[in-house]
Amino acid sequence: MALALQQLINGLTLGAVYGLIAIGYTMVYGIIGMINFAHGDIYMVSAFIAISVFTLLATFGISSVPLSLLVVLLVAVLFTSVYGWTVERTAYRPLRGSTRLAPLISAIGMSIFLQNMVQLTQGARVKPIAPVLVGGVDLLTVDGFTVHLAYSQVLIIVVTVTLMAAFTWLITRTSFGRQQRSCEQDRTMTALLGINVDRTISLTFMLGAALAAVAGVMVTVYYGVVDFFIGFVAGIKAFTAAVLGGIGSLPGAMLGGLLIGLIEAFWAAYLSAEYKDVATFSILILVLMFRPSGLLGRPEVEKV
Amino acid sequence: MNKHILAASIGLFALAGSPAWADHLVAIAGPMTGQYASAGDQIRKGAELAIAEINAKGGVLGQKLKLEVGDDACDPKQAVSVANTMVNKKIVFMHGHWCSSSTIPASDVYNEAQIPMATVSTNPQVTERGLKNIFRIMGRDDQQGLVAGTYLAETFKGKKIAVVDDKSAYGKGLADEIAKAMEAKGAKPALREAITAGEKDYSGLVSKLKSAGVEVMAFGGYHTEVALILRQAQQAGLKLTVMGGDTMTNSELVSAAGPAVDNVMFTFAPDPRKNPAAAAVVKKFRDAKVEPEGYVMYAYAAMQLFAQAADKAKSTKYADLEKTIRNGSFDTVIGKLSFDAKGDNKLPGFMVYQWKGGQYDYVKK
Repeated sequence: MALALQQLINGLTLGAVYGLIAIGYTMVYGIIGMINFAHGDIYMVSAFIAISVFTLLATFGISSVPLSLLVVLLVAVLFTSVYGWTVERTAYRPLRGSTRLAPLISAIGMSIFLQNMVQLTQGARVKPIAPVLVGGVDLLTVDGFTVHLAYSQVLIIVVTVTLMAAFTWLITRTSFGRQQRSCEQDRTMTALLGINVDRTISLTFMLGAALAAVAGVMVTVYYGVVDFFIGFVAGIKAFTAAVLGGIGSLPGAMLGGLLIGLIEAFWAAYLSAEYKDVATFSILILVLMFRPSGLLGRPEVEKV
Repeated sequence: MNKHILAASIGLFALAGSPAWADHLVAIAGPMTGQYASAGDQIRKGAELAIAEINAKGGVLGQKLKLEVGDDACDPKQAVSVANTMVNKKIVFMHGHWCSSSTIPASDVYNEAQIPMATVSTNPQVTERGLKNIFRIMGRDDQQGLVAGTYLAETFKGKKIAVVDDKSAYGKGLADEIAKAMEAKGAKPALREAITAGEKDYSGLVSKLKSAGVEVMAFGGYHTEVALILRQAQQAGLKLTVMGGDTMTNSELVSAAGPAVDNVMFTFAPDPRKNPAAAAVVKKFRDAKVEPEGYVMYAYAAMQLFAQAADKAKSTKYADLEKTIRNGSFDTVIGKLSFDAKGDNKLPGFMVYQWKGGQYDYVKK
């Protein structure tokens, strides 16, 4: 029982991070129908920004945890959004209107470019930081097994829930949300109604990048180790989460992320860590067999 | 007209394909990019200094050495294509690859093209396939596993020991050998697990170890994963001692794992930095701001091996080199090198090390 509770906490934390990244995939897919394979690397870049700012703050002698977290979050979100905008502007916008495959290849190229850029400028070595948020609370002990809830886990879950609420409000209640949803439905018509489609798409990329930035900061705080390769696995997992939840659907991305996090946590603890990816992807296949558009996705209606 | 273009382009190819004839092309290959790029970096730095020194002394057989660098990113497919590229470049000697899973497929290509190679890959299969061109300047996983497994069984008698690997050719090979050696000493592993390398979250494994009451983990795999497991174990309030293989020599582990690194032990060949005969070379590396850790000295030794063998054989032809290396004995910075019929290092002598305060040293008995 204690093990199950521990894995529930671990799984939720992991799932929240996957979910935050998955939203970036799902939003971009919703609006321009492409998979932004460079998204995982945007997340990696933000983790590097986070680690640099943490180190910088430490050299200035700022040791207040809430203050440094806030500063790091702000800086990372700001810079990473700029990255998101630049990637869209240079790699995807020139290809808009060409074949569907062209931006996909360009995205893969961008992903490799970002990875190698970070490797060359920051080095191939693993970059660690001293633990930022240490400690936690012991919840209960059963048969000598203590369930431990780290403060960093609380932070991740609270930040994710807050962001999700803010995002749902942004998409469903604001004028920008309406513009974005109308771009999803019909880009030509949206343009005819006087909405700047290019600007909306750029903003979507920046928002996706901002969420990835938050995920990057959270991971830096939680795991404390960053290298230029972390975007790959995280990107694949988050993309899977987006597909599982129904690509194009915001709540779906979050749900998919949480599900994958929980499946991984429980499978690794009770069956075998060796086959946890097999389990995750088998469940993905099963879901897609019965619900081809994912758990919360709307089936695409082909108009004839 | 077309014929002219054809002729010209063939001419161009011939020019591009043939390096300056005066140089001996020697190559290194390993993960220069990707997850394990820091090991590739060590190999490159070691080889570069060795070649600079050899060239400064007049080169080999009156000709200079020139280094080619191949990047396989520890991907077996990429390793084969690197091998083909190197064969096309007509290299005379290869130091590589690094990951066993890359060395094994690539070695077939070099064997066919008759290029001698010296590798540090430790999987037994590297030399068990009857290839004549392979020489292993490092020990083997079965020797390494035997030392580690025996040590664990004797030192941690009565404690629960888990054996975990990362599913790679190197990691699984090593973990299997450790488990075998432990069982031979009557200590059955409490848990046998495998993880996926490249992930960040090992909390599932940590919870499992914790609930099984495991105190010691033998790990077959690379340092990046060990660092994460240690950090997460600490976060979960689990004090874990780790026994790893030669990959734990990477000082990246110190910064990545934090203070928990003091709980890491590993097996590695005797530290070449402690070899008094190598003191001058160690100093040269440090003057060049390179710490001669891990594979740096091995890459240096591989280049020495080639230079000495070529000088002795008075040739860089495969048949001469192969015979000379197989039958000879060579003084290198990692000690005396000589090889058995399979191409394995005759005197690897694994030791058990432990990290302490950012340095590793032989474990105190």
